[in-house]
This record gives sequence, structure tokens and C-alpha cells, in this order.
Amino acid sequence: MGWSIALHGGAGDIPYSLPPERRAPREAALRQCLAIGVAALKASRPPLDVVELVVRELENCPHFNAGKGSVLTTDGTVEMEACIMDGNTQKCGAVSGLSTVVNAISLARLVMEKTPHIYLAFDGAEAFAREQGVETVDANHFITPENVERLKQAKEANRVQIDYTQPVKEDKPQETSSGKGDSQIGTVGCVAVDGSGNLAAATSTGGLVNKMVGRIGDTPVIGAGTYANSFCAVSATGKGESIIRATIARDVAALMEYKGLSLREAAAYVVNNVPRGNVGLVAVSAKGEVTMPFNTRGMFRACATEDGYSEIGIWPSETDCVLPDPKR
Amino acid sequence: MGGWAIAVHGGAGVDPNLPAERQEEAKRVLSRCLHLGIAALRGGAAAVDVVEMVVRGLETDPVFNSGRGSALTRRGTVEMEASIMDGRGRRCGAVSGLSTVKNPISLARLVMDKSPHSYLAFDGAEEFAREQGVEVIDNSYFITEENVGMLKLAKEANSILFDYRVPVPGVETCSASAGSMVDNPLQMNGLPISIYAPETVGCVVVDSGGWCAAATSTGGLMNKMIGRIGDSPLIGSGTYACDLCAVSCTGEGEAIIRSTLARDVAAVMEYKGLGLQEAVDYIIKNRLDEGQAGLIAVSRNGEVAYGFNTTGMFRACATEDGFMDVGIWE
Repeated sequence: MGWSIALHGGAGDIPYSLPPERRAPREAALRQCLAIGVAALKASRPPLDVVELVVRELENCPHFNAGKGSVLTTDGTVEMEACIMDGNTQKCGAVSGLSTVVNAISLARLVMEKTPHIYLAFDGAEAFAREQGVETVDANHFITPENVERLKQAKEANRVQIDYTQPVKEDKPQETSSGKGDSQIGTVGCVAVDGSGNLAAATSTGGLVNKMVGRIGDTPVIGAGTYANSFCAVSATGKGESIIRATIARDVAALMEYKGLSLREAAAYVVNNVPRGNVGLVAVSAKGEVTMPFNTRGMFRACATEDGYSEIGIWPSETDCVLPDPKR
Repeated sequence: MGGWAIAVHGGAGVDPNLPAERQEEAKRVLSRCLHLGIAALRGGAAAVDVVEMVVRGLETDPVFNSGRGSALTRRGTVEMEASIMDGRGRRCGAVSGLSTVKNPISLARLVMDKSPHSYLAFDGAEEFAREQGVEVIDNSYFITEENVGMLKLAKEANSILFDYRVPVPGVETCSASAGSMVDNPLQMNGLPISIYAPETVGCVVVDSGGWCAAATSTGGLMNKMIGRIGDSPLIGSGTYACDLCAVSCTGEGEAIIRSTLARDVAAVMEYKGLGLQEAVDYIIKNRLDEGQAGLIAVSRNGEVAYGFNTTGMFRACATEDGFMDVGIWE
């Protein structure tokens, strides 16, 4: 047993032809965030601090769909959401509908620690942010040219499909990726465990390209996109609706707890039971195991364990970053 | 075994000193809504339609904390939320932060059926409501005089009791106290039970086809912060349905979320092979720690069950083979 950490920058239809100028900065960011997380764990920072720290870095990176670099709503605005959970106490915090808060994950943590509630959203969350004095900026800070372009493409692709003002069942629009190059599905997340088995998970996102204003995804829904208890910590990414209805993050832990599956078995089972192209997750167990399964074409991910293993990846590799426990 | 079954609830955490006529009134409303559901089920209606219809009935009646009669935010406004889940396919819909929609559960249904998403909130949800042409009304419709009075008492009591919090000046958080104000030392969510508005209404149904569905609706916690979302709209926490069962929870929202209560009932059935009542009992006993909550559940086999660790839960249930029960206490 020792510490372990895993993080992701989103699962989706990441094309093998991803050009170097789009690939390199993301790989570099994953590497950098992993290093930050590892250093914190080596310095004995509690996993709850570590996951917050790493997700802050991922939020600040404009290449991932969280914080700066968040995808845009159908109105061209940014509505960010995040969630954090502490495995020991199962305390959690979540926020949605943020438009000016630089680090949503930190506000989620403040909700957890400074209010009697778990989840604050929209105007109420923004007001709380100001009460707490967290860093806020003009909403334009988060908007990148890449995402303005993504929104434009999504609108063009969906122009005929999405017309929900005329409710006819056959025309019900689907949450889809535009399939035009970059993954449209994204989220960032981090899970960590220390040498004593303390677990924590954190997830943050801008949501879905061209989403309806007010749409909430799986990320802030405890048990869907984020979960941690004494067995494991999980952060998921992919198609929000699938993750919510399958209570992905909770199920990984439930399979371990109620069916005695190992972390890797539980995570693989959960991912395989969702339609292809829908989901990816990172998870660590109290024993220090790590797993990063996904059923999409790719998932930006990285992990490291105290034993010295580390991996950074985008597409499927031969192993999925799991250390066999020598005691089993 | 088999056949339809239905359960409804009007919230957990009831003042033991609740006057008799209030208790009777609550039971009457529960019974009326239950019978609405029973009639529909006898007519072969689908579970997801029945739960929506029954919860609409509960929302419309001001007796319970949802729709008209919702608990008030700290500003004295109403922010309602709801969710619905169809075990057939595990489709779901949820809404939060509604202030003018007469029946939040129906908007949640429309999110499920008519939008590309699963969950809409606040301005976006209100806008969707208008696009869909659902009935909207001024926020004042939902505010009852009784709840205005309750809010005042809650503010005076001003204790949300979570002992792991650090008090921050300017933010109303923890720390003790209210006990001296009322005779009854029982508390829910840090408020004395006499002024606590039992959260939420819900309905779970299994239809003649063996399909399960669940629906939950609430105004939330009295004196809550603006923008506070509780367990009711969160799939897996306040509401859950799959092919095995359907569950709707009520009580301390934060406790229900931390323990993903509704999903856990289904998970122990699915992964540990527990029966419905066993699962309900297990979850109530083992998953709540210091939290207080209750839930109702049905299984695809036509069974109905409920459990709570609070002082009372307003509930009613019935099965096709003639069983019926309306109650508040153990």
C-alpha cells in the first residue's frame, strides 16, 4: 500500500489523427498536473487537498473542458460545474451554473466546508462566491476561440435536429458529439489515495457543447460523475445522461462493497455496461490500486503510484494502469 | 406476487405534537392521492404516468412541502425541484430552481421526454417551461401564510447544526442553540421539529407490466440559501428506478445525498440479492449514520415497503391484492 493518483482530461471521440499542435499541449498539461499531484502526495498533503489542487490546474489549462476552455452553452456563455468528495467522511460539495468563478472546484469545496448544504447553483452559487471572496473574473476570461468554433460547428450540425420547441417524440434531439475532430465531450477530474487509505475525488467541467442554458450534467451529481467512500474514489467523464442513469461513480464503489469485486473488476464492469462511446473514468482504491477504463475512442489521462509506476495516455494502451496487489 | 403496487409519501420527520386535526388532514390528502394512483393502475396505466399524476396531486395540495406549500428560502421566496425516473430504460428527468412552474414534476417529465438533457435548472428551466407551454403562475401562489410564519421561526431559531463546520462571520452556519426555544428537543436539519417542514413528496409505482417508476418533488429546506439544491432532483439520491425497484426518499437532504440513498436500496438488491423490505431496512439502518431520513419503495414483484429513522413519515401504500395502509408513525 502506498499513495496513488489518477487524473483525466475527458473521454470521447478523440481522433487518432489529432494534430500535434492539439495533442502536445494536452499531454504536457497532463504530465504537469500529474507531477503537481505526485509532489503533493509525497509531501503528505491530504488527498482532499491534492485532488482540489490538481483539478485547479486542469481548470486553469485552456485545453480542457473546465474553467478556462469550458465549452459554451447555446447562448455562447459559460456555465461551469464541479464536485468534490472526501472518502473518509463522505462529505461532499457541488456547484453548478458558475460564470465568473475562476476555480469552480474550490467553490465546491467551500460549499462543503462553509455551508450547511452540499450543492449550490447559479445565482446563489455566484453570490456565495462573492461572500467567500474567491477569485472571480469577467465571464469572457473562460471563452477560447476553439470553443467559439466548436459551438458554431455544433449549431450547424444540429440545426435541423434540435428543435425542441416542436415537441415530437421522433425528433427528440440526442446529446451527441459533433464528430468533427476534437472530442466534444470533456470534463477534468482527479482521484487520489494516501498511504493510509484516505480517498478523495474531484471533477469539474464546462458541460456539453451547445447545451441548453441551465443544463446540469453528471459532474455535480454525487454518485454519477463523482464519488468517494472508504473503498474507492471515482471521477467519470463522457455522456452526462448515461453517467447519471447508470450512477457510474457510486456503482464502482457499490460493486466493491456489496459484491466484493476488485477495483479493476468493478470499474471494468461498470464501463462495459454502458453503451460504447459513452464513458470513461479514473479510480483509485484504499489499497492504492489504480484503474482508468473507458469505452470511448480515447481518454486524456495520467496516473502514478508510490511504487514508481506512471502512465500518460490518450488512446487505449496495453495495460490500463493497474498495479497488481502483491498481497492478493 | 406480481401485480401493481403503489406508495406515496409526504415527508419524513414529523412533530410528535402535531395537532390531531393536522394529522387527519395529512392522511386524507395522502389517501386521496393514493386512490388517484390506484384507479389509474386498475385502468392499466404505465408506472411513469401514474407517479407523475400522483405527485402532481401532492404538489397542488398545500398541505405538504412541494409546489404550493413549499418551504421558503432565506429570502422568503420559493425554489422548487423535482425528478422522475422510469425504471423501464432508466430514463430520467430533473429540475431545480423553479419559481413559477405550477407542477415541477411535470416539467421534470418534459425534460426527460422532450429535451436532449436530463436536468435543467433555474433560468434555463424556467425558459424551457415557457417553451413547453406548461402552466406558470406568480411565485406568490406557492407561498402560504403558514410557511411565512415558519420561516420567521426558523430564522429566530437560526441553527443549522453541523458540528464539523467552522463558523464564518457573515454566513449563517452552524452552532447550537435552538433547544431552549421549544419544548421538544427533537431536531431535523438543525431546526426544532415543531417548525421543521418535512421535506418533499414522492410516489413509487410498479404497474401491471412489472415496470417501476419513481417521482419526487419538493420546495426544499426551510430558510435554505438561495440556489441550494437538495436530494430530491438528484438521481440516485432522492429518486431512483430500475428494472428491479423504484425508490423515493425524504428527510435530511445532505444525508441522503452523501449516502446515495435511493440507488443504494436498488444496489443491495442487485448486488447482494436482498429482497425489497430487507434492502430498505438494511439501508435505513446502515447508510444514514447521524442523518435522518425515510423512503418508500416498490419492487417489480408487486411488493411495497417503507422505512425511516425519523419521528414519523407521512405515507400511504397499496397493492393489487388488497393491502392498504395510511400512516404517520411507526
